[in-house]
Amino acid sequence: MIKNEDTITAIATPNGTGAIAIIRISGDKSFENADKIFTGRIKICEAKTHTIHYGKILGKDKELIDDVMISVFIAPHSYTGEDSVEISAHGNPFVAKKIIELLVENGVRLAEPGEFTKRAFLNGKLDLSQAEAVVDVINSSADAALRGARNQLDGLLSKKVTELRTLLVNTSSLVELELDFAEEDIEFVDRKELISRIEKIISEISLLLKSYEFGKIIRDGVNVALVGKPNVGKSSLLNYLLKESRAIVSEIPGTTRDIIREEVTIGGILFRLFDTAGIRPSDDAIEKEGITRSKEAIKNSDLVIFLNDVENGVSQGMYNQLCELTEPKKIITVLNKVDLSKNPGIGADVYISAKTGYGINNLLEELKEKSFGDSTYSEKSAIVSNVRHFDCLRKAKENLLKAKQSAEQSLSGEFVSVDLRNAESVLGEIIGEVTSEDILNNIFSKFCIGK
Amino acid sequence: MKEYDVIVIGGGHAGVEAACIAAKMGCSVALTTMDKNAMGRMSCNPAIGGTAKGHLVHEIDALGGVMGQISDRTGIQFRMLNKSKGPAVWSSRCQSDRELYSKEALRVVESHANIEIVNASVNGVLAENGKVKGVTTSEGKEILSKAVVLSSGTFLNGLMYTGLKSVSGGRYGEPPARGITESLIELGFESGRLKTGTPPRLRKSSIDWSVLEVQPGDIDPKPFSLRTDKSQFPFLPQMNCHITYTSPQVHDILRKGFDNSPLFTGVIKGVGPRYCPSIEDKIVRFSERTQHQLFLEPEGLDSDLIYVNGFSTSLPADIQLEAINSIKGLEKAEMVRPGYAVEYDFFPPHQVDLTLETKLIQGLYFAGQINGTSGYEEAAAQGLIAGINAALKVKNEGELVLKRSESYIGVLIDDLVTKSTEEPYRMFTSRAEHRLLLRQDNCDRRLLKYGHKIGAIPDEMYAEFERKEKLILDGIAFCNNKKFHARDINPFFESKGQPGIDSTETISKLCKRPEMTLKELLEAVKDDSNEIIKEILSNQLVLEQIEIELKYEGYIKRQYEAVERTDRYENTNIPLSFNYLSLKPLSTEGREKLNKVKPRSIGQASRISGVTPSDISILLVYLKN
Ligand SMILES: Nc1nc2c(ncn2[C@@H]2O[C@H](COP(=O)(O)OP(=O)(O)OP(=O)(O)O)[C@@H](O)[C@H]2O)c(=O)[nH]1
Ligand SMILES: [Mg+2]
Repeated sequence: MIKNEDTITAIATPNGTGAIAIIRISGDKSFENADKIFTGRIKICEAKTHTIHYGKILGKDKELIDDVMISVFIAPHSYTGEDSVEISAHGNPFVAKKIIELLVENGVRLAEPGEFTKRAFLNGKLDLSQAEAVVDVINSSADAALRGARNQLDGLLSKKVTELRTLLVNTSSLVELELDFAEEDIEFVDRKELISRIEKIISEISLLLKSYEFGKIIRDGVNVALVGKPNVGKSSLLNYLLKESRAIVSEIPGTTRDIIREEVTIGGILFRLFDTAGIRPSDDAIEKEGITRSKEAIKNSDLVIFLNDVENGVSQGMYNQLCELTEPKKIITVLNKVDLSKNPGIGADVYISAKTGYGINNLLEELKEKSFGDSTYSEKSAIVSNVRHFDCLRKAKENLLKAKQSAEQSLSGEFVSVDLRNAESVLGEIIGEVTSEDILNNIFSKFCIGK
Repeated sequence: MKEYDVIVIGGGHAGVEAACIAAKMGCSVALTTMDKNAMGRMSCNPAIGGTAKGHLVHEIDALGGVMGQISDRTGIQFRMLNKSKGPAVWSSRCQSDRELYSKEALRVVESHANIEIVNASVNGVLAENGKVKGVTTSEGKEILSKAVVLSSGTFLNGLMYTGLKSVSGGRYGEPPARGITESLIELGFESGRLKTGTPPRLRKSSIDWSVLEVQPGDIDPKPFSLRTDKSQFPFLPQMNCHITYTSPQVHDILRKGFDNSPLFTGVIKGVGPRYCPSIEDKIVRFSERTQHQLFLEPEGLDSDLIYVNGFSTSLPADIQLEAINSIKGLEKAEMVRPGYAVEYDFFPPHQVDLTLETKLIQGLYFAGQINGTSGYEEAAAQGLIAGINAALKVKNEGELVLKRSESYIGVLIDDLVTKSTEEPYRMFTSRAEHRLLLRQDNCDRRLLKYGHKIGAIPDEMYAEFERKEKLILDGIAFCNNKKFHARDINPFFESKGQPGIDSTETISKLCKRPEMTLKELLEAVKDDSNEIIKEILSNQLVLEQIEIELKYEGYIKRQYEAVERTDRYENTNIPLSFNYLSLKPLSTEGREKLNKVKPRSIGQASRISGVTPSDISILLVYLKN
């Protein structure tokens, strides 16, 4: 079944860090949805077409996500020909993603590639000669989706969702069996069993939904700041991890001034490393600015490697300073240059030598562990890393909760079935549709039908 | 030479509906049959209706068809299936007197002055320049017409098997129809082969009824037809069915015949229905089961035959009898006629359009088993739609295509055309995605308008319906507005052991309580001067409709929303002449399938297996141009 012409959203600016990121929303409920997350002088649904409004995007707990500008386009005077808005946010990819997620949580669907253009065409906004171009867009996006699908198919997620769908089809079959084959001499499932089957699927989906946090790590990477006093070996560690001499290393304290940003993939996870200027009291204007930037990096990082050297030991004072900038659970205290001393020292989480490579593996393990936080995923778990999949699973869960509610109210099977079938259909958007034929096939193969 | 408007080939359930509706619509009709006494004959089970099939009969009735009325007049046991569940899946079923059913069908057909029953065996379809011209008969005659409905059941090159022996024939004791398949293949059609089966018939007097479990009909039987006079219903004395079971011993006996089973030895090539397997199939596929349930159904009031439902078989006759005689109550049973399997030609239904007109030959319609369905009700539904469309075509008055969201008939035909079928197709409620909307109780509200429009539903009946409809809508509005105050209604709830309300609450809201009926609530208003309450309470059908609409409002609303979402695509038409083959951007499989099915709408296209969402997007783009 084709999807309804619902309200869609996507980031319109190319991926990566630009000065601004534009998030586009299009469809009947654009204004309503923009108002759900936006607070400004006036409501978007009351704004005139082709006007721009300044305001704040607030998160679920009213926390500030970003200051933004919103442009309003009332149908048919927009690119797609539908009501639409464009949110200009700061060019931080995390901010843009966060806004998209907020919209999706409010029921806006993530646009398929080329979908804005397709809508524009269907609403007569593009002229005839552009038809071919549109078809190309659709086709190339289909290819991309196909390639994506293949990767997904190989992946654990689609295996997991396929499993879930089988569970669902089995459950649906039990419900349908009772409706279509009431006269047959077969034992029908009782309500308790039915509810527990639905619950099982819900709990599996919940696990998958939880894995999204984890999936985000895989998708977006982990920001790691390398901090410490001057000369403890931060740049040396960066170079070691990158396996190249990227940063200048010298015995002179205060070598690194500006932040050096490099990416490295370790064990399948993208780490974005920020080598920072060593923190110390300084009168040098440039060094002072470097230190300010170091502190900024600490605030914005997911993890902080707090580096010390064996000569001076772990600096409690600096640790306390760090704790003011970030949460203690994000800090990994490391003692470097252990090759210089027979006594390995105390008070650190990990002991390494950026020169010999001693202990680096332990450091990596620690990084991975801290990245995943409380999640208990092994490399064999299915992980949701894509917002669209997340959205489908979330809807499936909602449907199943409704189905469960109907079952608990002892409503007849056809009511339970409405939501079971809806759940099948949204899961179908991830791995392909379930048809009534699939359910009947399942019934015929498992139950002796035919009086 | 006389030219008829419509020729209907075959007097089975599809043929009877097609002929009668075309006649009602003012066409001159020739109904060809090899034996007019076999009109509307029940070749298998002497029963009409059942889950989802009951819905079909009610729909046929609302459109002006005859199956419901014939069934009501000839039924000897009526039951409402699924009564313990919600109203959407209540399904009517009746046992029929086989002889009387056939006689009544003939009487109904003969009551139409403009139907001529032609005793002939048709052996070919005449067509010229892609248009139908008429038919040829085995006597070498030609009968001419503007439209032809082909509804020849299981007769096309029919072969009946009992054991490895086979006899040509379409039904027990009746010859097959030869030549039609060949003539259609010549015209460019593609054919396939299906199989179905029937159980043995036993002599009633030879069964020991005293040891069998009784299955009675409903105490307050409900008719199928809106037009049936309830004061006379049921028309006939009512009878019981009985239940017995097979046993491991019975299964052992049946296994002895496997070497001579046309099914297991591969003699039968046609595909049989999985929902109606033979007893030998059940034993093999579900070997863990030690017994299978059998229903002993009377074939009629005065008939000495008993139909053994659940024991369809094509094993050798001696094995059948031996097995039967090992079943409880049937130890001394006499087998009047063995069960048999019948194999017949069908034409994979992607070759017809949603009007049931063939895509290849204008004016030629296929209905019933020829389209790969099984069941009287499925056949009748198609006969009706084919007949209506043939008549509309002759009169140049457009067409009638029912939507999936408004009828099981729409689901049936859309499934056939869009997905084709490889086994005999039977209707199930699970095939309807908008099941909660497609109830037996609201068939008139869904379909009577079409029946009226084509002239098959009389004006007075339609006016009566409109009055009822208005009362339903007014009643719903009344219930949405009318509020109870806590002080007035709480004593009533208290007396029923139910929780009271806080301040005020509407009737609609209170009606959603599972233990509450609308009747009780309306009576609790205690306002004798209220006209609308009086009217609702005095009309059982109106009361029922309002109650269903209120009780299940949330679910029903969600189904309507789902319909709205898909309607946009259902209403985006694709011209039949659309050239898919030149549309290179389509996926290869999508292009082939689309070209084969030639869907009417984007909605239909999206249901074709192998057509991807991006194929649909591409189609949309090109349709815009
Ligand atoms: N023996 C030994 N020397 C090390 C190790 N790591 C770093 N060094 C030396 O320590 C000195 C300082 O190293 P850097 O990597 O520049 O230190 P930094 O922390 O980046 O210093 P600033 O940028 O000045 O804050 C250099 O001479 C390195 O060669 C180690 O593990 N063992
Ligand atoms: Mg440095």
